[in-house]
Amino acid sequence: MLRSTAVLLTRLITGMNPAWVDCEPDHPGLRVYFANHGSHLDFAALWAALPHAVRERTRPVAARDYWGRTRLTRTVIEIFNGLLIAREGISRRDNPIEQMAAAMHEGHSLILFPEGTRSADGRIGEFKAGLYHLAGRVPEAELVPVHLQNLNRILPKGHLLPVPLISSVVFGPPMKLEAGERKQDFLARARQAVLNLTPGNPC
Amino acid sequence: MNWSSPVTHHLLIAVFGILGLSSLIGWILKRRAVTETGRATVQNLVSRTNSWWVMVIVLFTALSAGRTGTTLIFAAVSFLALREYLTVTPTRRADHAALFTAFFIVLPCQYWLVHTGWYGMFAIMVPVYAFVLIPMLTTLGGEVEDFLERNARTQWGLMVCVYFISHIPMLLTLEVEPLRMGPAGLILFLVAVTQGSDVFQYVWGKLCGRRPIVPRLSPKKTLEGLVGGVLTASLLGAAMFRLTPFPPWQAALVALALCIMGFFGGLVMSAIKRERGIKDWGTLIEGHGGMMDRIDSLCFSAPVYFHILRYFYTRD
Repeated sequence: MLRSTAVLLTRLITGMNPAWVDCEPDHPGLRVYFANHGSHLDFAALWAALPHAVRERTRPVAARDYWGRTRLTRTVIEIFNGLLIAREGISRRDNPIEQMAAAMHEGHSLILFPEGTRSADGRIGEFKAGLYHLAGRVPEAELVPVHLQNLNRILPKGHLLPVPLISSVVFGPPMKLEAGERKQDFLARARQAVLNLTPGNPC
Repeated sequence: MNWSSPVTHHLLIAVFGILGLSSLIGWILKRRAVTETGRATVQNLVSRTNSWWVMVIVLFTALSAGRTGTTLIFAAVSFLALREYLTVTPTRRADHAALFTAFFIVLPCQYWLVHTGWYGMFAIMVPVYAFVLIPMLTTLGGEVEDFLERNARTQWGLMVCVYFISHIPMLLTLEVEPLRMGPAGLILFLVAVTQGSDVFQYVWGKLCGRRPIVPRLSPKKTLEGLVGGVLTASLLGAAMFRLTPFPPWQAALVALALCIMGFFGGLVMSAIKRERGIKDWGTLIEGHGGMMDRIDSLCFSAPVYFHILRYFYTRD
């Protein structure tokens, strides 16, 4: 009930019309959706753009130091069934890659923002290594690039109230970590895959 | 809307007759089209006609719900148009407060003023109060770059999408001579003539359009289409004089003015689209594009029509 309200509200505010480019929406297997990050609405929008059945077994990955702060943020992230991970102070016991891999082995797909933080100016920053390590740890998962546009204008960093512009959510062709592919090459390729989905980009 | 008047009955028969006829033509053409481009053209005709059915039914439902229903429907039209306009318009993070105000304070206030019928405030709220409020809020964002452009764009959006469109439901507050169909006839005359002019220009352009008027702004708008469309729509206006306080020849003249305003409204909106490098404002209405693509000609004709009526035809 709370969840379907959240989906409806997200769809209303963001006016989105999800597009799937060479990507099957109802894929039954494990996936990691990775996208550019500019707004708190990003994970809600990506999550709401998924088909219902897929959404039910997909968890957004969020920073514990931010979303685990107060009761309110924890409640919000629970509605979306978010997986809280540490960004700093990583140890063998508190290892985000292991937590993500464990969630995936339970049958959950993940939503990941490899830039690690929200971009302030809308430009897509360099990707952190987490996506690479996760791809090595769960090799059977498909990696799906997702391009999010205008959500950083609807709810920019540092604002609480949304401006109801029309956003776009574009899912691209799934990719995988190639055998022997170097970390920098893979991360650059993944980032380029997101950039290629910019609306108006002939690809 | 006065349902018992014969004028209303004739209008309903005409409108739904034309829609039924276009659906029938679309259905026949669909079975006859053989080439790939032929099929695409017919498909476009069919989706346009289907969208017209929806738009006409929404309009009649709103009008029969009286002033409140009409005001709410046009508030929604303004909201969707402003949303499309601001999505396409470059803004910055520093504009956030101004944009929020435009959507959730200025727009509701303007339509609340329509509902109350407070003409004095209705006429100055956006051009005066929003005009000073928007840059006040933008300054607090503390961003210097494109400052004038950003404020001008927001104000433009409010004028075109909110202020001008709100003149349509405001027509219901005018105290003109007793109308056979009730005040809803004033709105129907405006919408039929302006939108009819668009359709007739399209048809005349397809039939014998040769000389484009401003090819860089709108390659499909031709001189032949303009003249044929505007004259046909003016005749349509004359034929619909019973909806208005005008005698037939004045109805034709007012319709002519509306068609010319509508033509330039469409051209101006088209120029903005070219500047932004887009073909349509959105994907809301199948076959037409976005809300802005459908109402672009009404933006300029509505306020002019309102003031013609208010100046020459209201009782004082």
